[in-house]
Amino acid sequence: MNKPLTSDTTVATATLNAIEKNKHLEGSLLPILHQIQHSLGYVPKESVPSIAKALNLSRAEVHGVVSYYHTFTDQPRGETIIEVCRAESCQAVGGRAIEAAIKENLGIDYDETTEDGKFTLEAVYCLGNCACSPALRMGDDIHGRVTPKKVDRLIKKQREQD
Amino acid sequence: MTIQIFTPQDSTACSVGANDVAEKIQELTQSHDVEIIRNGSRGLFWLETLVEVSTAEGRVAYGPVDEDDVESLLEQGMLEGAQQHPLSLGPTEEIPYLKKQQRLTFKRAGIIDPLSIEDYQAHEGFEGLRNALKISDQEIVDTVKESGLRGRGGAAFPTGIKWQTVLDATAKGECQQKYIVCNADEGDSGTFADRLQMEADPFALLEGMTIAGIAVGASKGYIYLREEYPHAHQILNKAIEIAIENKFLGDDILGSGKPFDIEVRLGAKSYVCGEETALLESLEGKRGVVRAKPPLPAIEGLFGQPTVVNNVISLSSVPIILAKGAEYYASYGMGRSRGTMPFQLAGNLKQTGLVELAFGATLNELLNDFGGGSQSGQPLRAVQLGGPLGAYLPKEQWDTQMDYEALAAIKGVLGHGGIVAFDNTVDMSEQARFAMEFCVEESCGKCTPCRIGSVRGVEVIDKIRSNNNRDNNIVLLSTLCDTMENGSLCAMGGMTPFPVRSALQHFGEDFHQDPPSQLNKS
Ligand SMILES: Cc1cc2nc3c(=O)[nH]c(=O)nc-3n(C[C@H](O)[C@H](O)[C@H](O)COP(=O)(O)O)c2cc1C
Ligand code: SF4
Ligand code: FES
Repeated sequence: MNKPLTSDTTVATATLNAIEKNKHLEGSLLPILHQIQHSLGYVPKESVPSIAKALNLSRAEVHGVVSYYHTFTDQPRGETIIEVCRAESCQAVGGRAIEAAIKENLGIDYDETTEDGKFTLEAVYCLGNCACSPALRMGDDIHGRVTPKKVDRLIKKQREQD
Repeated sequence: MTIQIFTPQDSTACSVGANDVAEKIQELTQSHDVEIIRNGSRGLFWLETLVEVSTAEGRVAYGPVDEDDVESLLEQGMLEGAQQHPLSLGPTEEIPYLKKQQRLTFKRAGIIDPLSIEDYQAHEGFEGLRNALKISDQEIVDTVKESGLRGRGGAAFPTGIKWQTVLDATAKGECQQKYIVCNADEGDSGTFADRLQMEADPFALLEGMTIAGIAVGASKGYIYLREEYPHAHQILNKAIEIAIENKFLGDDILGSGKPFDIEVRLGAKSYVCGEETALLESLEGKRGVVRAKPPLPAIEGLFGQPTVVNNVISLSSVPIILAKGAEYYASYGMGRSRGTMPFQLAGNLKQTGLVELAFGATLNELLNDFGGGSQSGQPLRAVQLGGPLGAYLPKEQWDTQMDYEALAAIKGVLGHGGIVAFDNTVDMSEQARFAMEFCVEESCGKCTPCRIGSVRGVEVIDKIRSNNNRDNNIVLLSTLCDTMENGSLCAMGGMTPFPVRSALQHFGEDFHQDPPSQLNKS
């Protein structure tokens, strides 16, 4: 299940805010998309026409950029994003077991969201935390020397916070 | 006298509890005259959280400290620098891992408060910039050339020569804008030097970019930072604000009349955007697709203007070169690899962290003398050097010196200096498969050999691993690697064959057995 879509007015306001705040920058498309992604949790299809108009681009061009980058999603995701490092340093110290443990705990695969809408699982290729591998990121917090036990503890703690 | 307690705010330190440790220290020392400083990390990551206390004889260290250790550390006299506690490490500077290093670029890492511009200046900060303002633009470029500095982002191109091209190029249009772009995309797995530098000593990067701007006549700088580094993002933005307040950035740098501004821009999780032309496309607000060269970015870069694109470490090494002179920097190193390199020990090693050394050390020294061997206690078997596009090196090659040319001779690459060690439980056919899978995931899609070849690569390796027409498929894999190497525009498709071929060549036995692989192969 995905989170319900955001209301039209919220989308319109967030889109306009992002455009107003960043329009004056050189190469402002990515900053605009980042701000929308950050405030709404995704870049709704409905945002595309206003962005295109403001930047004098075609809708296809804006859509092309949104779909190119892993960061931007056109669907809402869970409240908390968990990104698990799949790259080599983490592989070398049990990262593959961590991937399996998280998938099992949440009952989902990559790019899926839990039934209750709390978590979305994503793959990431290195968090720059390789000196304390295996690593994962939950929201803006990075966790290192992760064990399957620590995975369960972190998820439990996050659930309790909500 | 106020006792200073240092607890890093570095994101790796925080990933293993540094914030909790700092809070606990705060809570339990309320009745004492202490100041808790959130320094950057020293880069001795296996010892994080590394807590340091100032004493009359200098700083002493404790680590790895967990929140639960704080009480007993305090009971056993940590505030007086006592050394009975099992986590005591003695004077920080005497820890062999640190003492044996040659810290030039990272000389302030972990020592200062990253956002204290006073601390920065008390440790030789901005001396390079002050010197640069006294000499001509050409003299700055000559100094960088003479230092022998080569780009630390991967391609090892001489930095001074790149700067010369931009200095000589004429900007177009009325605005006459040239740009300095810092590549802070640090996508290579096994690397964290850029992150550590930006979090521990951000002013050094700002200073290096400013010197570059003055040298080539650019007044605008961008730091293209990967989105995966939220903490570095905060620190850089604060550092820029502080630098502006103190006239180290802005319209009139230190009264010289010269302007320079820096803005941080976030990437959006695309590995190939670390490639300099894809990065420029991304900064312009487009899909991060690689451009054909020529034109070189130095001549037609960001928005078509002459642009210096340099890695974080290249730029952060410039201040010390301008402060101490080209000769000083060039006196380190060997052959055509001058100066120091921040090696990053990662993966299955006991003592992971950042080791800055002059070029010329061997992999064995790094893995054993610094790394302390494997973390698991099993023998080490393979080392991937230079990120996800770097070759896997077997034991027989570990006495090669860390020097660009020596490594090229064995088809190895130093890249950004990442060293990822694997013990004997690794299945190298699985690693080869991952290299192809990573290319599928991250290809920008422009060239067929990269986009389609990598998909085929995964399929072929799967067949080999399941003993489906194995011998023919091994031949096919090799042909596929040739096609990718010869027909790709950039190193993504062109070098993905490096880890694949090296796995096949040096660890062929892993391709000739049925998974799941047995343990203890070496
Ligand atoms: C696929 C690919 C990814 C790259 N990623 C990075 C990176 O993350 N950081 C970096 O500094 N250079 C990266 N590079 C190298 C850059 O293209 C370029 O050489 C570098 O930014 C130049 O700076 P330097 O001369 O200071 O090293 C990458 C190259 C390729 C082909
Ligand atoms: S080799 Fe791959 S990543 Fe590089 S330009 Fe070609 S398709 Fe893009
Ligand atoms: S490889 Fe996992 S954090 Fe770098």
